[in-house]
Amino acid sequence: MADTSRGSYWDLIKNGIIAENTIFKLALSLCPSIAVTNNLRNGVLMGVAVLFVQTMVNITIALMRNFIHPKIRLPIFMLVISGWVTVTDMSMAAFAPDAYKQMGLYIQLIVAFASILARAEMFASKNKVTPSLFDGIGMGLGFLFALTVISFFRELLGKGSLWGFPIVNTKPLLMMILPAGGFFAVGILMAFFNWIDLRFFKKSAPASH
Amino acid sequence: MSNEFIKLFELFIAASLINNFVFTRFLGLCIFFGVSKKMETAVGMSVTFTAVMMISASLSWVIFTYIMVPLDITFLKIIVFIGVVAGFVQASDTIMRKVSPSLYYKLGIYLALISTNCIILAVPLINAGEHYSFIQSLAFGFGSGVGFAIALIIMASIREKLELADIPAPFRGLPMAFVVTGLIALAFTGFSGLITL
Repeated sequence: MADTSRGSYWDLIKNGIIAENTIFKLALSLCPSIAVTNNLRNGVLMGVAVLFVQTMVNITIALMRNFIHPKIRLPIFMLVISGWVTVTDMSMAAFAPDAYKQMGLYIQLIVAFASILARAEMFASKNKVTPSLFDGIGMGLGFLFALTVISFFRELLGKGSLWGFPIVNTKPLLMMILPAGGFFAVGILMAFFNWIDLRFFKKSAPASH
Repeated sequence: MSNEFIKLFELFIAASLINNFVFTRFLGLCIFFGVSKKMETAVGMSVTFTAVMMISASLSWVIFTYIMVPLDITFLKIIVFIGVVAGFVQASDTIMRKVSPSLYYKLGIYLALISTNCIILAVPLINAGEHYSFIQSLAFGFGSGVGFAIALIIMASIREKLELADIPAPFRGLPMAFVVTGLIALAFTGFSGLITL
């Protein structure tokens, strides 16, 4: 587990992006991720939403950690997470209505993210506010990074555009923006990150259940 | 009356095939990949899931329609639905243990997995958003359970064979499962447009 000494806040962030990246390494919280990554804008917005929720939840739980009775901590975590997700849900409905129409359901499903609950349980409930803040930012950034990579490829290959701006004139591989393409994209990207691990870091445990 | 029945049937087909929760909506993936390694776990999970789905869909509908709408607190639906599901799973866990230990022994573990997963939340949220009636919510919930069962059983039968295949190292485990799911999803795309809701 990452330590919380003064100089290692950057380590916490790096941890969330690379070593314990939610999607590519831990293989958690995949459901809404694949659904919204069929274009870059939605993917990035979802990543930002998760970053926000993760960070705020970590801060809140870290602030409250001395007042929570151990036996009811899971329902309390769920309450805190649902509260912040409701805030994010409403903000997105107000500030980005087009994107919200397409992915409203999946924003609401952030509440079921195992990764946020696990982080609250493993880190925020046992550490002070500032390390928890950085841990939340790190995990959220890792998620944003993963979503950006996935949606980058899906939109570029499927529509030939990025964020709505056309890059190539043809639609190379239309399948990529269909649900099936989402599965393929994540599977291949996961295998790619595994390959990097095996090749350059000689780690022998790929992401698997 | 028959018009009503046709609508129910359409909802059922839509939830199970056309907008299959796993292959088209990408929900329930964590459980899907975890449980589909063996046929027996797949079947056990399907049964538990369909039962829990139907009951929590009905409970959520009742609470939404008779308590939340009149009091105009529908914006709290995320929190309330999670509470309903978690509470119901906890209750059924306790009840099952007392009433039928043999059933609990076989299916109990799946209950814990179901409690906070995407599909269990998604169905009440969709029901609330689309303003389905009670019977329609039930049909939708039942369809989603059957769709999940179909997905699990197909996946389990493939994965059991996949255990013996020679897969390159980076792909072993989850990446391969994703690619296989993508292929099945591609096949399910054939159902789109079957019935226009």
